[in-house]
Amino acid sequence: MKRTIGLVALSVAAAVALAGCAGGGGSSATGDDATIAVGSLYEPQNLSNTGGGGQGVTEAFTGNVYEGLYRLTDDGEVEPVLAADSTVSDDGLTYTFTLKDGVTFHSGDPLTSADVKSSIEAVTAEDSQSARKSSFAVISGIATPDDKTVVITLSERSISFIYNLSYVWIVNDAAKDLKTTEDGTGPYTLGDWKRGSTLSLERWDDYWGEPAKNAEVVFTYFTDATALSNALVTKQIDIITSVQSPDQLSQFTDNADYVVSDGDSTTKELLAFNDRVAPFDQALVRKAVYSAIDTKKLLSSIWGDYGTLIGSMVPPTDPWYEDLTQVNPYDPELAKQQLAEAGFADGFTFTLDTPSYDPHPAVAEFLQSELAKVGITVEINTISADEWYSKVFKERDFQATLQEHVNDRDVVWYGNPDFYWGYDNPEVTQWVSEAEQATTTEEQTAKLKLVNEQIAEDAASVWLYLYPQIVVAASDVSGYGVNGLNSQFFVADIVRK
Amino acid sequence: MLAYLLRRSAFLVVSFLVAMTVLFVLLRLLPGDPSNALLSVNATQEQIDAAREQVGADRPLGEQFAAWFGGVLTLDLGSSFVSSLPVGPEIASRLQVTVPLTLLAFLLAVVLALMAGVVSALRADRWYGIALSGLSQLGIAVPVFWVGILLVSVFAVTLRLFPSGGFPRDDWADPAAALTSLALPVITIAIVMSASITRYVRSATLDVVGSDYLRSARAQGAGFGEALLRHGARNAAVPVVAILGIELATTFLGAVVVESVFSLPGLGSMLLTAIQQHDYPNIQGILLVSTLVVLLTGFVADIAQRLIDPRLRTSISGNGLR
Repeated sequence: MKRTIGLVALSVAAAVALAGCAGGGGSSATGDDATIAVGSLYEPQNLSNTGGGGQGVTEAFTGNVYEGLYRLTDDGEVEPVLAADSTVSDDGLTYTFTLKDGVTFHSGDPLTSADVKSSIEAVTAEDSQSARKSSFAVISGIATPDDKTVVITLSERSISFIYNLSYVWIVNDAAKDLKTTEDGTGPYTLGDWKRGSTLSLERWDDYWGEPAKNAEVVFTYFTDATALSNALVTKQIDIITSVQSPDQLSQFTDNADYVVSDGDSTTKELLAFNDRVAPFDQALVRKAVYSAIDTKKLLSSIWGDYGTLIGSMVPPTDPWYEDLTQVNPYDPELAKQQLAEAGFADGFTFTLDTPSYDPHPAVAEFLQSELAKVGITVEINTISADEWYSKVFKERDFQATLQEHVNDRDVVWYGNPDFYWGYDNPEVTQWVSEAEQATTTEEQTAKLKLVNEQIAEDAASVWLYLYPQIVVAASDVSGYGVNGLNSQFFVADIVRK
Repeated sequence: MLAYLLRRSAFLVVSFLVAMTVLFVLLRLLPGDPSNALLSVNATQEQIDAAREQVGADRPLGEQFAAWFGGVLTLDLGSSFVSSLPVGPEIASRLQVTVPLTLLAFLLAVVLALMAGVVSALRADRWYGIALSGLSQLGIAVPVFWVGILLVSVFAVTLRLFPSGGFPRDDWADPAAALTSLALPVITIAIVMSASITRYVRSATLDVVGSDYLRSARAQGAGFGEALLRHGARNAAVPVVAILGIELATTFLGAVVVESVFSLPGLGSMLLTAIQQHDYPNIQGILLVSTLVVLLTGFVADIAQRLIDPRLRTSISGNGLR
């Protein structure tokens, strides 16, 4: 027995001694040689944003490894990057871009107009899985009169064209295996990608512009939000790109070792009705459901003081934002009135298809209890993300569902009667198409404001709240963006003091 | 014995082939679409169709199976539907984490269980014997992720003795760092695994202690410890070896929860992601490897039992005592 105790004591001591080598993680050195460790829940599925790489590859690669003709800055401005100059014809159908001089790809090939042409064609190709493919349906032709000039002709005006170009990566047309390798023009090259663990970017010394301010960035991926926060606490990572679990925030707020930045988000939590089927084909019923929900209480119960309430699909950072939160205010009496008027004085029952990941189950429970107060029974049907795509998105076999929509400027989806929620208002469709063909941004903004007001009036969906966009970082690190627009995370300016 | 080995090996191969066929067919019968993982919310019908084609979902079942199995025979496990990364190398990379994790946890669990099980059996009337027995019951009841979270909370976050998760980027280039990353996960799994093994060791030891042959050995002058070791050990070992084989095999993939808590890039987490995305090549590749592991550990456990207990060898040949 004594020998056993001795043995156990010895092994514990050995373990503690070994552990002395622990902690501190991979981030060390300051200034130009620093390695910055960034923690995220979104690992890329593969390395191509036209091949289904997902949100993670945009976060890791956009602006860091790959650049576009234009870039969407953290403040929402579109600024030129690889397009040194551009002109538009008066009828808005011909765009001529002149490329920057002296730009090469990581492999050494120079940037030419052929690369731009093939990059755009990769987005519009038949087998492209780019999320922006439908935005470029207006392109009728791309010409490359010389190595530095690209001429793109459109079949109709598209005021968002330049904005949409900020999503297109300019990829070397000679590059192969783009799902597992890269060849871009950005300030970093791909170091190595350990699936399920880390993806590292190394500063590239032949970058055409200002070199990155750090030597290496390691994206570290987690599947569990608590593990992600713990990694920041134990200094294994320096930054969390987007905090998704409100419970973890309290250890970082009011803590001198960390900086919590509350930026502008574009992720909206929606209760999406299937506007095609009863009872949600009636606007009055949808408005009644909207007014029966205390969205303020919902938001504060999930996010406390963070997050924003919205009255429609447009987040405050879009140019056509208006505060429409009072169009369908929280008023259970009004809800009951509207239900009676619509012929549902005794309420009704519907099935809510709820994705199984956070925060949707909690939101579903909340909705169930709120709607019960006005006589509406909600049956919660929990489904996986994959099932959501098959059942709700492709087959449209649902009555109502919960979903988060992350893009900015996506109010235009309400102009597509074929979108999964089936909102079909010909006037709105007309306005959306007129907005896109507008000649000035003022005109576009005016039209989209009309769309915005109409969908709120019709309660096309219930816009429960806008997620907060919270970046938490160690206080000795600075130079990171806080708005994370469209999942981008530019790392070239991050420094450790 | 040789005849038995040959027969057993043939059985192994046949089991493997059957398992692979069943696995392949079942995967494709399950609802869910592998092409969904590639789509985004603005996907057009054209993109939906292109994704299905890319994934090969439109080819007949037999053709898909022949293509895959043909690859397996040349050690080519195909490529992931989602990442297009070859399956084999990724599994090999993940095994660098899962194999040491499983083996170390197993060794630690066996050591702990042997000590705890024997002590709690021999000293079943003392307070520490009873306490050990009670602890092992607790260990079985407690969920493994809770143990993991507790250990992280105390030893990683509060005391900063260990990292809270992750595995070194250069794998085993720095063995000390790799072992430190595995320390808490190994302890977590070992605590829960040893609890159930302890029960078996304890009951096997109690069986042996109350047996006639032990009493006879003692009557002939052997000391208690000597008798237990010389005569009892081999008898107690047979059921315990069977259990150990099963525990090792289930831990191999069962570590998925622990891998999630500790963010370890192991086989379990790869399988979980692959299942969520219906990434058939990955799922098939991983289950092929784990089926092999289960079949082989069963095989080794069987042989070991026969080596330990001569009675098992002769009864198979059906000639009775020789």
